[in-house]
Amino acid sequence: MSKMASRRAITTLLAAGALLAGTPALAQKEIVVGMQTDRVGPTQNVGTVMATAFHDYVALINAKGGVEGYKIRVVEVDNEYKVPPGVEGYERQKKEGAVSVALYGTPIVAAVTQRLMEDKIPGTSPGFGTAAGADGKRYPYSFPIAASYWSQGAMGVKFAKDKLGGSLKGKKIAYLMYDNPAGKEPLPILEDLAKSEGFELKIFAVPAPGVEMGAQVLDIAQRYRADFVIAHLFGRSPSVSIKEFKRVGFPLSKVIAFVWGSAEADIDAAGGFGVAEGYYTMQFAGVGTDYAVHKDIAAMYKAQGREPSKEMASTVYYNRGVVWAAMHVVAMRNAIKAKGGAMPTGEDVKKGFESITAKDLESLGGVAPPLAITPEDHEGGGWVQVFQAKGGKLVKATEWEQAYRDVLKKHLDAESKKAGG
Amino acid sequence: MFHRESGIFKTSYGADMALYPLPVAKTAVIAIAAGVVLLPIVLLSVAPPLVANYYLSIINLIFIAIVGALGLNILVGYTGQISIGHAAFMSVGAYTAANLAVKFGLPFWITLPAGGLMAALIGAIVGIPSLRIKGLYLAIATLAGQLIIEWTINHVPAISGGAQASIEVPKPSLFGYEFKTQGQLYFFLLFFVVLAIVATLNLVRSRIGRAFIAIRDQDIAAEIIGISIFRYKLMAFAISSFYAGVTGVLYTYYLGIANYEQFQIGVSIDYLAMIIIGGLGSVLGSILGAIFVTLLPIAITWIVEGIGSMLFEMQQIQHVVSNARVITFGLLIIVFLILEPEGLNRLWRNIRSYFRVWPFSY
Repeated sequence: MSKMASRRAITTLLAAGALLAGTPALAQKEIVVGMQTDRVGPTQNVGTVMATAFHDYVALINAKGGVEGYKIRVVEVDNEYKVPPGVEGYERQKKEGAVSVALYGTPIVAAVTQRLMEDKIPGTSPGFGTAAGADGKRYPYSFPIAASYWSQGAMGVKFAKDKLGGSLKGKKIAYLMYDNPAGKEPLPILEDLAKSEGFELKIFAVPAPGVEMGAQVLDIAQRYRADFVIAHLFGRSPSVSIKEFKRVGFPLSKVIAFVWGSAEADIDAAGGFGVAEGYYTMQFAGVGTDYAVHKDIAAMYKAQGREPSKEMASTVYYNRGVVWAAMHVVAMRNAIKAKGGAMPTGEDVKKGFESITAKDLESLGGVAPPLAITPEDHEGGGWVQVFQAKGGKLVKATEWEQAYRDVLKKHLDAESKKAGG
Repeated sequence: MFHRESGIFKTSYGADMALYPLPVAKTAVIAIAAGVVLLPIVLLSVAPPLVANYYLSIINLIFIAIVGALGLNILVGYTGQISIGHAAFMSVGAYTAANLAVKFGLPFWITLPAGGLMAALIGAIVGIPSLRIKGLYLAIATLAGQLIIEWTINHVPAISGGAQASIEVPKPSLFGYEFKTQGQLYFFLLFFVVLAIVATLNLVRSRIGRAFIAIRDQDIAAEIIGISIFRYKLMAFAISSFYAGVTGVLYTYYLGIANYEQFQIGVSIDYLAMIIIGGLGSVLGSILGAIFVTLLPIAITWIVEGIGSMLFEMQQIQHVVSNARVITFGLLIIVFLILEPEGLNRLWRNIRSYFRVWPFSY
């Protein structure tokens, strides 16, 4: 009896679903991109802003006549940073005809990686997923398209080296990390560089949820007396770290944070820019609104007689969303051009991604890194720009830079070999 | 569907415990089985492949959830032991199977039971505190189990397969036939769902199942009439964890990867929600709960997006859609539980018994 009931329930709901979902209205020339985000889950402060930016940029392109004559339709899925809705959402986006998907959330990226390859649909995951995902030979349809944690770790070391007078011999670097797989991911790179650069590396792990790190910070500041701190924290913990460093009197100009501890929101939560003065942050998209693309988006809103979205004020995440959307648009443009104007498949868009160069993103006005994605390197070169909290805003501290590419290459090859590739 | 006996004529315990109370039930079960097997074939023939695959992918997620919910219901619903560590047992199964599949190249029909057995072993160990403590205290003890297992996987590279704590596994294959598409995976998962349902139905009407229920209803009384509490409580944990482990393995094969973040505490809570909404201590309740929790957010999204897109540009209402989904989901759970605190299963029974005498209800 129970089986009978369950079966009935499934079929009834399915029938209802089929009626409700219906078929999408047919526009004459439309290209579909899937986008996942998190608007109500644990990372909603990031997801909401990035998704808004994504929609804004696509709306801008559509307002200018679309990409090569195609109007772009975004199919958004809010996965709440959970795997089942992420998987279901991916299938829905596929059903809607998405030729590329923008994925959100490390576990979701992991969960659909194999599907991407089977379905031949390229998926992007800036700031999510693993460093090994940059290997285009091993994961032909995964596109991190932004500096991985390995690249960020290497950049942190390079930046510390520059700040400490060009040599790290005998220096002490503290690595303050969130104690989860993502936090530990850069360790092989850091340990390798510690050997070759001759510095001492000490790891300070912060257990989840990362709101209690008084002991670790005090240790770094007063017992270990680190010369530089590389911090890789998530969620609420970056703001806690800023507060704690301030409290024990450790200069924040000796701290550099990974990309997820680098937003205005983190600094605000720590007590504002007054507290965080000097704090260095790594970025894989520019910060601020002084870029050409922001003027274009503001002009678009004005032409429509609307106020720009309030999410634009959170420039760190907003700009990441803009660059993210721009990469999809460029890939689609490349693909449509390569097909001579015909509707591209996922496979074509994959090739479109693999031919993205710095020139394609110039129209954004420097907010995007000068990356070049190739069939081998889906990370695009691991470009990072460092910004510093200074006088009430994040100020550019370096140009777009790469660090220790040879070391990273060695590790990527080793990973690939380990996986039997 | 509504066939019923016209009175109670059972004269033996055997008849009372029979899986099919009436001969006609057998025909019904066969009909359902045929329907379930034919469903993807029919779906694929009437709908375009992409659309059919989408619906199959949702059913597949429900299938996986059903196995996990059944397992948790054996422990919480039938034996009365609270556990907030279900997701951790899934991860034990998932990583055991992934390691065996990758390091030793073993096929799924070995890794799947192995994952289940490993989870059963760990589950029995985590269940030891249940011999002394009950209720909320036990909940906290199992919560500790969840966190310890999470920590172990995170910190032992031999289990997690490296710093990323993700292990990719090949798709399951049987005699060279690979289960790759949603349609193929449907049948792969269906086999284990049916197995789990049949096993649970038989378990709860057996000597073991009755011992579980006796412990749930009054453990001291159960001990006095000769049920070994020690043995059956640990057995309940082991069996429940076995289901969880199998769920983890199915998840791993379905997604092609075992990942640390798939089995965190939130997932344990989701499964508890499934069995509470579905109905504690009922097989049908586990199934309905799994369907409800998996499908309801999706259905709400369809409805809200469908109505919203008629009136607004889609990107303007995305934020409303997300929040409406969470609010409606929460509200519906409250409404259902107020309507029938014993869950969807009881609601279904009420409907059935109403129609049983309809239209002569007095």
